[in-house]
Amino acid sequence: MLNDWLFVGLMLVMAPIFPIAALIIPRILAPKKPNPLKSQTYECGIETVGDTWIQFKAQYYNFALVFLVFDVEIVFLFPWAVAFNQLPLYGVIVGILFIEVLVIGLIYAWRKGILEWF
Amino acid sequence: MADPVTFIAQWLRDYLTNLGLASEWISVIMAALGVVVLASAVLLVDIFLVWVERKVVARFQDRLGPNRLGPFGLFQPIADVIKLLIKEDITPQGADKFVYNLAPILALATVIMLWAVIPISATVAGSTINVGALYIVAVGAIGTLSIIMAGWASHNKYALLGAFRMVAQMISYEVPMVIAILIPVILAKSMTLTDIVESQSVWYIVLAPIAAIVFLIGAQAELGRAPFDLSEAESEIVAGFHIEYTGMKFGLFYAGELLHAMTFGGLFATFFLGGWRGWGAETYPILGIGYFFIKAMFMYWVIMWIKYSFPRVRIDQMLNFCWKFLTPLILTVLSITAIMDKLLTGVPYWIYVLAMLLMNLVVLYFVYRTVGSYARKERQKVADPAKVRVNFPVKASTTPTQVS
Amino acid sequence: MMSPLQVIFILVSAITLGAALMVVTTRNMVRAALWLVLALFGVAILFVLLEAGFFAVAQVIIYIGAIAILMIFAIMLTRRIAQDPGPQINSTWPLAAVIALAIFGLIVLFIQGWDKTMSTPPALPDGFAPLSDLGVALVSANQYLIPFEVASILLLAALIGAIIIAWDRK
Repeated sequence: MLNDWLFVGLMLVMAPIFPIAALIIPRILAPKKPNPLKSQTYECGIETVGDTWIQFKAQYYNFALVFLVFDVEIVFLFPWAVAFNQLPLYGVIVGILFIEVLVIGLIYAWRKGILEWF
Repeated sequence: MADPVTFIAQWLRDYLTNLGLASEWISVIMAALGVVVLASAVLLVDIFLVWVERKVVARFQDRLGPNRLGPFGLFQPIADVIKLLIKEDITPQGADKFVYNLAPILALATVIMLWAVIPISATVAGSTINVGALYIVAVGAIGTLSIIMAGWASHNKYALLGAFRMVAQMISYEVPMVIAILIPVILAKSMTLTDIVESQSVWYIVLAPIAAIVFLIGAQAELGRAPFDLSEAESEIVAGFHIEYTGMKFGLFYAGELLHAMTFGGLFATFFLGGWRGWGAETYPILGIGYFFIKAMFMYWVIMWIKYSFPRVRIDQMLNFCWKFLTPLILTVLSITAIMDKLLTGVPYWIYVLAMLLMNLVVLYFVYRTVGSYARKERQKVADPAKVRVNFPVKASTTPTQVS
Repeated sequence: MMSPLQVIFILVSAITLGAALMVVTTRNMVRAALWLVLALFGVAILFVLLEAGFFAVAQVIIYIGAIAILMIFAIMLTRRIAQDPGPQINSTWPLAAVIALAIFGLIVLFIQGWDKTMSTPPALPDGFAPLSDLGVALVSANQYLIPFEVASILLLAALIGAIIIAWDRK
């Protein structure tokens, strides 16, 4: 089984090499003449006002929260799907029950207005 | 001599054995060579994709596209690459330099890493790990991270806004997309992509058309392509998370995006169109590479077709569509598919296929009815806003149609 | 002479520990979150080395794909995103250091005394399918059915609780 992961591991080591090489070549070939005006933050020609890294809209957090719960739940379902042939009918039904409990959460979030964007 | 790939691999293995290397080191060397060949091939295709994308969008927009350099403008991407390589690279003021430089590297590297598990023909598959389907989701998660890194490190408000929108969109659409992947896994009873392809004597798009459609929509959103391109809405935030990137760093994002689209084409082909399967692909595996490539390119073309045909959606529409339509729909289909698959064990395969197809068509019919009545209601709202009962207080600036 | 696996293990562990150290010492909160991602990724690689591929991908999907993103979104909700000028240690640090060292020493002592530390794990039998076994175990009444369903209720409770705390509109 580790043999299967060998290829993935080597990929993990080698895949970044190509983009890194593509970033190193311009260091040699490309001109480098920075000046303060050139490196200013781009905002369609208007000078930027205030700090960029400020407090952000809270709703993104809510969606990430709902997503997290769904994500954990779905990951649980994959082994269940792989074992499908060995499962009795009630095994399938309890798996679906697992999903439906999640649906209650979705309906609750929906009714609470978490899924509205404004 | 049926398969040149196996032949070359066997010859190399014999050659290395004759050199007197230990068998573990031979497998390491073989795997390393495989990685280099696969990654280079993928990147060569990527350069070619620049031409494909530009040519196809030109045709959709009634233009000619690149046609000066070489036959049909085929050398255009080479000129693009040279231009990007010799272009000055600007790092904006106040950027977090390390994260800023790491983001484009991750963006392309994660896409290349996806190819480690995709079976390209009967004999060419990088890795057959038993969690292939989840591996794809996991690598995609790191891709999401590269976008938030780019947006945050640029120290630019547009970039941060674009990154936040993109990440909210990607995590939202990941839910229906992963459940859509779960349905082929249930049908194949395996997460290994090679097994999923081998079990498709009938393509899964016949057994699970709804999952296929949801996967396609999810792919479109994961890619940030129109109609889900609000992360780079030109008229509001110019280019989104990669606004401050110039030269080759932008080039890496661009290449990553194109390759990602093609990879999703390949994944769609693997999950729903039978991967490398086709006439004679089992006896002559080299044909499988051709079939896989044709299917992947066709799906890539479909993704482009959607991109250049639809207008952009608003962020509330995008989120509503995901959480209030796609997710409930795919959860329903998942439950029904799971129960039906269990109840239909032992019946002839053609009855099984027909039953699955019929179930999907029935669900599609109900979806069509529901969406139709919803659309009628929405149109009425626009036609006669006075009649709309608003459930909660609305700010003066928003029209009732925005509160859906 | 170390086996290649041991070399990889030591390398990955060093990276994980170093990244974890950076998480608590970096002053920039987003950077700290990114270092945390690296540490979690290192743990995922350790899972792979233990031949637990499913846990490795689950680690990446849940911790990097969801929790790290959630943390970055949460950081964006706070006021001081980039810099925290406050002191990083307080006056009780010598006590904390002594306790930490003592616990570390105890762990080392226990592991030294355990006879299985140096033995290699037995090879998995042929045809062993950890994934489908896990799937069957999750829904078998005499195995993990109750924890499985309770986990679902727990997730539901977590979702509802989070919604109530984060989103109490009045």
